[in-house]
Amino acid sequence: MHLARSSPRGAGEISPSKRRKRTGQGRAAALFLLPAGLGFAIFYFYPTVRGLILSFTNTTTLQSGSFIGIDNYTKAFSDPLFLNALGVTFLYVVINIVTQTLFALALAFMLHRVAKAAFWRSFVLLPWLVPGVTAALLWMWLLDPSLGLVNGIFDSLGWAQLPFFAAPESAITTVAMVNTWRYTGYVAILLLAGMESIPGGLYEAAALDGAGEWRMFRSITVPLLRPILTLVLIICMVGSVQIFDTIAVATEGGPLNSTNVLYYYIFQKAFTNFDLGYASAMAVVVLAILAVLTLLQFKLSRGNESDLS
Amino acid sequence: MTTNLNIKHVAKAEPGKLNLLKLIGWIFLIIWAVLVIAPLLWTLKSSLSVNDQLFQGPLSGLTAPVTIDNFLRILGFGSSAAAEGGSGATLPFAQFFVNSVVYTALTTLGQVVCCTMAAYAFARLRFPLRNFIFGIFLTALMIPPIFTMLPNFLLMKNLGLVSTMAGLVLPTLLMTPFAVFFMRQFFLSVPREIEEAAIIDGANHWTLFSRIVAPMVKGPILTLGIITAVQQWNDYLWPLLIGRSDSSTVLTVGLSRFLAQSPNGAIDWSGLMAGSVLTVLPVLALLLIFGKKLVGAIQFNGIK
Repeated sequence: MHLARSSPRGAGEISPSKRRKRTGQGRAAALFLLPAGLGFAIFYFYPTVRGLILSFTNTTTLQSGSFIGIDNYTKAFSDPLFLNALGVTFLYVVINIVTQTLFALALAFMLHRVAKAAFWRSFVLLPWLVPGVTAALLWMWLLDPSLGLVNGIFDSLGWAQLPFFAAPESAITTVAMVNTWRYTGYVAILLLAGMESIPGGLYEAAALDGAGEWRMFRSITVPLLRPILTLVLIICMVGSVQIFDTIAVATEGGPLNSTNVLYYYIFQKAFTNFDLGYASAMAVVVLAILAVLTLLQFKLSRGNESDLS
Repeated sequence: MTTNLNIKHVAKAEPGKLNLLKLIGWIFLIIWAVLVIAPLLWTLKSSLSVNDQLFQGPLSGLTAPVTIDNFLRILGFGSSAAAEGGSGATLPFAQFFVNSVVYTALTTLGQVVCCTMAAYAFARLRFPLRNFIFGIFLTALMIPPIFTMLPNFLLMKNLGLVSTMAGLVLPTLLMTPFAVFFMRQFFLSVPREIEEAAIIDGANHWTLFSRIVAPMVKGPILTLGIITAVQQWNDYLWPLLIGRSDSSTVLTVGLSRFLAQSPNGAIDWSGLMAGSVLTVLPVLALLLIFGKKLVGAIQFNGIK
């Protein structure tokens, strides 16, 4: 009905109606974009510009400062604690990403090929839904050196007790494992999406040829998953570099700065030492690290499309 | 769907063969399930035990009698904290819970409405510099939150909005780049014919949007709402910067402050675990109701 009525009209007066429609659309677009545009301008664009400017000043949280050139940046790269933060963050990202990805691959394999019930998919997401602060607290309690359940179990098994968060040697690994606990299910769901995009016919054909699950995993799943695996790795790294909650709650950067990661150090500089200019300069460095990772992600995800479709 | 069915047939074709990899897989999955569930159950059990019991030894919580006193006292209904063997610190968790609900509800509602509108404009309307503006929105996706948070804090300080609910809510009330991007993808996949017919019938863009196009993407709108709500409920860094009064403190910040107030060596674990349970219950409910949608949303979020 609608189409039948519309076609003769549209054919009759193409140019005037189109022009009227366009200006009408411009006005409508402005109204539709107004709220989100305001939010963007005030809370994303303006602070981005302001943050860049701040990084070249000695502004504090208490008073505005003056322009000091690249002093904050040169200071950062000779600040042992900033270099420590870079190192600790790197170590954290490596431990977290390696363990999380391996476990997630195993979980995703199970969800894809064996435990196919929808229940399992929701179930593995459970730790991801627990707030980071809560996850930090409940593991602090479980891993408490003297009262924690884990050391209690170790003790009754006759094993040595571990200090976990309390010793510089084990603190960052413990933080990494807590976040592996929290994110593995989430990563497994991401990988599962990749596995599901692999044509099922390949598995059928391989099974008819007598291939077992391990052979199929090695020869079909892993090679065809590789582009998506790379993408997921980058998404995870971007998240992992920004670790904050667990450390702010469980270790406060300690013991002996062994968990003083970038986000926490920046937070401390800005809100304990009020050195906003310096904190902004360090945030620019984080921005640069993440920008490289994100550009890599965009590039890879575009390459992916041709691979999969 | 069809491939799944086929795989089942193939699997049935050789039933006697016990697959070692599958066996290892099940063992792994079950160990994982225990690792997921046990800490949460231990949290629940600890929240239902008194501190005096917990302090007797690592395993004493197992046999401690069940009590809801911890919940009563952190919510402000119960006896004094010291009587329960706690640290004596008291914080109004009932108020923090309400603050969390308000923060989550306002920002989720605001974002979903405003970002759906913006996404409609980017997907459907023609206007000058459309792709350029969308491109700028997209680049904001890669800016780490801490970078914009420092100047935003300064802004809130200048406006006198630190320690207020307004300061807490404003930065995420109107948009996040992700939400705009997410909704635009869905609008692009909705066929245009119906709208075109409606335009010719004289419907204006608002009617078109609110009566025709938005209802067609109500599934994705719900999905976006769920992911946003989970994120906002779990949010910590911004609420930590802004929430410096009881009336602007959300649960996550309240919990960490409760921990910080405990003296070393006498941490009020049963109170903290009761608070932890409060933070988990709402997201657990979301998972139970919307589990499938959440799984789909995450898969879209990362890959599709």
